[in-house]
Amino acid sequence: MVVLWTDALIYLLIVVMLALGLYLRGKEHIKRPLQQIGSSKIGMISLVVLLFFVLIGLLDSVHFKPADDKKNEIISLLDDWATPLREHGEKTYSAPFATMLYSKEMMMLADGSMQWDYPRLEFGGSHLDDPETQRIRDILQKGFYGLAQGVGLTGLFMTLYLCIPTLRRGNTVRVAPAAGAVVNPSTKAVWLVLFIIVPLATTLIHLSAYYHVFGTDKVGEDVFYQAVKSIRTGLVIGTLTTLIMLPMAIIFGILAGFFRGWVDDVIQYVYTTLNSIPGVLLIAASILMVQVYMANHEAAFTSVIVRADMRLLFLCMILGVTSWTGLCRLLRAETLKLREMEYVQAASALGVKQGAILLRHILPNVMHIVLISVVLDFSSLVLAEAVLSYINIGVDPTSYSWGNMINGARLEMAREPIVWWSLTAAFVFMFALVLAANLFADVVQDAFDPRRSGNE
Amino acid sequence: MNNPILAVERLSITFNHRQTVVDDISFEIHAGETFALVGESGSGKSITALSVLRLLPNNARLNAEAINLHGDDLLKRSEFELCKIRGRRIGFIFQDPMSSLNPVMTIGSQIEEVIKLHFDLPRDAIQQRVLELLQQVELPQAPQRIKDYPHQLSGGQRQRVMIAIALAGKPDLLIADEPTTSLDVTIQAQILALLKNIQQQTGMALWLISHDLALVSSIADRVAVMQQGKIVETGATAEFFNQPKHPYTRKLLNALPSMQNCLAHSTEEKPPLLQVSDFYCHYPIRKGIFKRIVDYVRAVDGVSFDIQQGKTLALVGESGCGKTTLGKSLLNLIPGSGRVVINGVELNGLTGEALRRQRANIQIVFQDPFSSMNPRMLVGDIIAEGIRALHPEVSAEQRKARVRQLLQQVDLPEDSALRYPHEFSGGQRQRICIARALAVDPKLIVCDEPTSALDVSVQAQIIQLLKTLQKEKGVSYLFITHDLAVVAEIADDVAVMYQGKIIEQGGVAEVLTQPKHAYTKKLLAAVPVLKMDH
Repeated sequence: MVVLWTDALIYLLIVVMLALGLYLRGKEHIKRPLQQIGSSKIGMISLVVLLFFVLIGLLDSVHFKPADDKKNEIISLLDDWATPLREHGEKTYSAPFATMLYSKEMMMLADGSMQWDYPRLEFGGSHLDDPETQRIRDILQKGFYGLAQGVGLTGLFMTLYLCIPTLRRGNTVRVAPAAGAVVNPSTKAVWLVLFIIVPLATTLIHLSAYYHVFGTDKVGEDVFYQAVKSIRTGLVIGTLTTLIMLPMAIIFGILAGFFRGWVDDVIQYVYTTLNSIPGVLLIAASILMVQVYMANHEAAFTSVIVRADMRLLFLCMILGVTSWTGLCRLLRAETLKLREMEYVQAASALGVKQGAILLRHILPNVMHIVLISVVLDFSSLVLAEAVLSYINIGVDPTSYSWGNMINGARLEMAREPIVWWSLTAAFVFMFALVLAANLFADVVQDAFDPRRSGNE
Repeated sequence: MNNPILAVERLSITFNHRQTVVDDISFEIHAGETFALVGESGSGKSITALSVLRLLPNNARLNAEAINLHGDDLLKRSEFELCKIRGRRIGFIFQDPMSSLNPVMTIGSQIEEVIKLHFDLPRDAIQQRVLELLQQVELPQAPQRIKDYPHQLSGGQRQRVMIAIALAGKPDLLIADEPTTSLDVTIQAQILALLKNIQQQTGMALWLISHDLALVSSIADRVAVMQQGKIVETGATAEFFNQPKHPYTRKLLNALPSMQNCLAHSTEEKPPLLQVSDFYCHYPIRKGIFKRIVDYVRAVDGVSFDIQQGKTLALVGESGCGKTTLGKSLLNLIPGSGRVVINGVELNGLTGEALRRQRANIQIVFQDPFSSMNPRMLVGDIIAEGIRALHPEVSAEQRKARVRQLLQQVDLPEDSALRYPHEFSGGQRQRICIARALAVDPKLIVCDEPTSALDVSVQAQIIQLLKTLQKEKGVSYLFITHDLAVVAEIADDVAVMYQGKIIEQGGVAEVLTQPKHAYTKKLLAAVPVLKMDH
């Protein structure tokens, strides 16, 4: 097993979140908003979609060197699982579900004569004898098969889920099978979403074994594979950046608001200065720095994936460094308000030390702002990655990201007939993730903002 | 008297389909009379008033047979038609004059807005009417004030503007929802006199909503008492106050602090615990680029007083007179200068660790029971916080035992320690705050208006608790308040504060019965007193 830098940080993040979950378990002021999220239909639906993305991202974060290693490459669990997809490269562009290449080529026929025509794809639809007549039927057939698989799978899960509580209760008490669970509207919604997502996924997986469902790109790589691989990049940028930015924003914001005076002055100077430097400039400079560093220490960065990972990590860092100021400002303002609250004054009248006041009275009371802004920032960071990669200062060109996909596809927009699938695939995946994140952020905000829910 | 202006029949209001806040009430208001709806907070009186204008929050459901305004059922009117009734036929005055005016509009244009909405008048006539209204509500220098913004006016003046806005539509019924609660006593008296005066001029009906029985007794013709969404008693004022029928009404009347109680206090001299001499608390006013200090806000301006061991000194004054600043700066929460000696230890000049050690001597109980506790902490941890900070050597077990003992002392159940502050009512929270202050065995507790946010009956309980604790523990209080009736209940000595200075101090009986300073006399005269015999 090989642990890349971003992998390590992701594991750390999961550990931290688990620890936080354990710590906050049973705390009344956290429990109630969580229950509110749990009973919100949109909240649960978007959470399921998000978790689906996260699952793929996690699968893609467990890296290892395959046993029959010849090319000195590092692959992830997801890669291993999708090996056929990864290796079934064509020559160049092909449309979704196509059996022919997108451009004509000189071909040698069986009888030795040459012909100028669309060649058959090496893998896409290669099992068909006569694509023109069989193709549509075959797609529908295989698609239906995949769909049935998915529905069956979800149905199995649901039966298990509904049955287990009944079995546990024993045979004597025969209650209507988990009546409460199904009646709850948000639970219903979750099952509905699962019934859509899982069959959709299995259909795509099943079809992608025979066709390039989203087509192939310029060098013939499967676009579906690219889009799925990009999920990890998006998630890493969205979460790790926050991980880097949070400590700075929280510490500086609270200190500035609580101590005021020269501490406040210094921190305010720092963030106004940082805010007035264009973020793109800083990002471009730091990315350049990393590349120079990696070029000078080639021995430590032997594999392509290690280099790409390093650049990704640096992108997260620099995005974090440039984006903490907004949250810091919010926290400073909130702390300014809180320090005048009577319970803070009472604590200092009781002789509680300032450090303890910060930790016990200020920090827990600004956490809702932190939570809201983390969820809100996530989606804007995913979008920021796409923009930065588009102008070539984002992630490494060799690593998969939606920004890179869009960047690669933009030149082909002028082509006639248009090559639309790379762009569309990136768009659909990004849209689903960002929409889910935004909807979830809305629900979180409603639940945790005391002014809206009136739960304080 | 046959045709009431407003007749509400069998009104019920529920929140979220569960919580019934108004439960099947009916009442009538006749032309030219003052009808007072009295009740403690949460009894549903404000909601009743809002429901008449259909201004209820979204999660409320209204159920009534009829709400008749001049025999015209408001329930059958569309929202559009109701807009013509709001402000025109029924005027409304809200409780807080600070937040009910739009801060970015001049007061003139805010009154104008209402006139334009309801009358089709030429420009000049509107201007004329605005001026008339401002003169009617006795705003000083009305012609110059039309272009003023709300922040340029004092609280009392803003409430006058609010009344002018309510009167702009020439309503038949004026609803006043706690119109004087957030004002000082002297201003409160002025506003009430004004309302009564305007009512006599215009002959409109006045519906007064209040928690203050003394105030109601001086102004209302008829009174209705609300308890938990029900009207428990209605009657003419004289009859109502002389022969209260319902036990709840009697309880309310008995809970009222009375000025007579001040004679009961002992005048025995005890050694002084706290000596404050020549205490100042000045804030610099800075101007210009270099933040030059041009002047000072003299919040506390040369104050000297003593508090005797086991006794209570009441610090009385109107809002802004510097009494809270003085209380907080005694605890070093606000910087002040002057000699403060407690228990023989001089406090001024102490910093850091030395100051922290002396913290145990003086504690504070704040006014607002809702913001004085960290909502994210368990009550047990809140109470134990002082012990943890000042006596880190105490073991967790002992601390728990101490918290239990403290909860018992303030009459709260033991399991309160494991609950969060929001699960408690205002009075219970104030008890928790008292327990928190007691935890470190203070010699003196500064009580900063501890009862002014509470209902009368709860107020009486808290004062009783404070008295009992004083008897048991011999703790002294510096009791900061604006309510002279409470002073009579609890204080041994009184100091009257005015614009940062103490203008009169002495024994409670002496100051309240034979005030020497003109301001003290004015203050005493403004206190609404229950008129038992009308």
